[in-house]
Amino acid sequence: MTTTLLRYVVRDVLRSRWLALYFVFFIVATEGLLYFTAGEAKTVVGLMNIVLLLIPLAAAVFGTLHVHNNRDFVELMLTQPVSRGSIYTALYLGVSLPFLVAFLAGIGIPAAIHGIVFSPPILALLGAGTALTMVFFAIAYYIGVRVQDKAAGMGVAFIVWLSFAVLYDGLILALTVAFADYPLEAATIVMVVFNPIDLARIIVMLTFDYAALMGYTGAVFQDFFGTGTGIIVSCCSLVAWTLVPVLMGYRAFSKKDW
Amino acid sequence: MIVVNHLTKAFNKQTVLRDVNLTFANATVTAVIGPNGSGKTTLMKCIVGLVRPDKGTITLDGISTLAEPAVRSRIGYMSQVARYPENLSGKDLINMVRGLRSHSHPDVADELINDMQLSSNLAKPMSALSGGTRQKVGAVLALMFSPAALLLDEPTAGLDPIVTERLKDRIAHARSEGASVVITSHVLAEIQEVADRIVYLHEGIVVYDGTLTDLLDKTEQQSLSRAVIVLMREQESASSPQHRSGGAP
Repeated sequence: MTTTLLRYVVRDVLRSRWLALYFVFFIVATEGLLYFTAGEAKTVVGLMNIVLLLIPLAAAVFGTLHVHNNRDFVELMLTQPVSRGSIYTALYLGVSLPFLVAFLAGIGIPAAIHGIVFSPPILALLGAGTALTMVFFAIAYYIGVRVQDKAAGMGVAFIVWLSFAVLYDGLILALTVAFADYPLEAATIVMVVFNPIDLARIIVMLTFDYAALMGYTGAVFQDFFGTGTGIIVSCCSLVAWTLVPVLMGYRAFSKKDW
Repeated sequence: MIVVNHLTKAFNKQTVLRDVNLTFANATVTAVIGPNGSGKTTLMKCIVGLVRPDKGTITLDGISTLAEPAVRSRIGYMSQVARYPENLSGKDLINMVRGLRSHSHPDVADELINDMQLSSNLAKPMSALSGGTRQKVGAVLALMFSPAALLLDEPTAGLDPIVTERLKDRIAHARSEGASVVITSHVLAEIQEVADRIVYLHEGIVVYDGTLTDLLDKTEQQSLSRAVIVLMREQESASSPQHRSGGAP
């Protein structure tokens, strides 16, 4: 049942011009950076900034919009002999997977042409982008299901993106300055775990020597996230960041009146 | 047979259905009518599982429509507004529903597509179709498995007269095959043509439940629309402040 629904949700999303634009953007940006910047590291840093801002924004906005624009399609699915769990799974995967593939192909194809697709920084970037896609579509779907009004839903999605992408870092910086006299290493690591964008950024940064540019904090991160335990913690955190909103969204979807 | 027992539903403290008890018999067309906001669509949505009741049960031939998703393979539902994904075609949607239900029943979609004059528009994306054509797709989706329960919410809105007549024929055919048909419409002349039984809802309460003939006799009217006006006036006067206080002006 889920695969039947998934096929048609994917088919609808694949025909969306936004998905095509998303793919073309990544392919042009990657090829452009590879062409104009000297060295793989600079390309990855340039792409990282795009990935960390654009993927959460696109996922948050498109995911929330998708729920609101497809209310009648969801109603049609709900009137069929299918459980709400199957429908929610099909909707979430049906939207997130095409965007994930567009991102992976958009960066992977030019990287493969230039022979760097299997380099650790590119693999880390692709992994970070994959995690951010799944996390922010999960959050977006939860928002879309919970917030009844389309405009309000879009507003909440934008605020969530702004909070994770901009405000959270500002908060960490303010706390670091305010408590500069205290040892904050452990607290900083914990705070990073609570922001998937920061987590993704550190995972990518630690794959090359640029971590040293982050100074003492970079060294602290290197000491923790560079170890086996750190890698396990960061991967588990990103999985939790995906699963928790998916489960919350499913719970809300199961109880929602359409 | 659909049995609705003590159904209550509220949205944000506003009660839409109040302890509704109804039985929709097989081989019967029941029209649920009432003013805007009386709870007709919510009742339909509760039966098909789109809206979760606060209290009460709904069963189709003894099986709960809320607890058992599989029972929906025996229900056809046509919603008031047929807005489907812009990038999918009518054919995609029909194939999707076939994929979800084909194990249980043979379908008559091809026959319905011809009946609804949909063939030439079937491959076009939904974004390219008019409201009426999308409504035809909705009708095919509801009727294609000859369901045991057929729920039609304003089914003829936006349909041209020829297709409206064909839809009425289909409703009559479903009844002759033993289906329990529940229909809502504001076009009371159409209701009078197809319905055997009338349920009149007012502010979520069943005010009248009986045959069309009994309603006409009770209200001493010749047409359903006039009979409904009488019912509406009775309700208005019953809920007016003067009536509530029991005093004369």
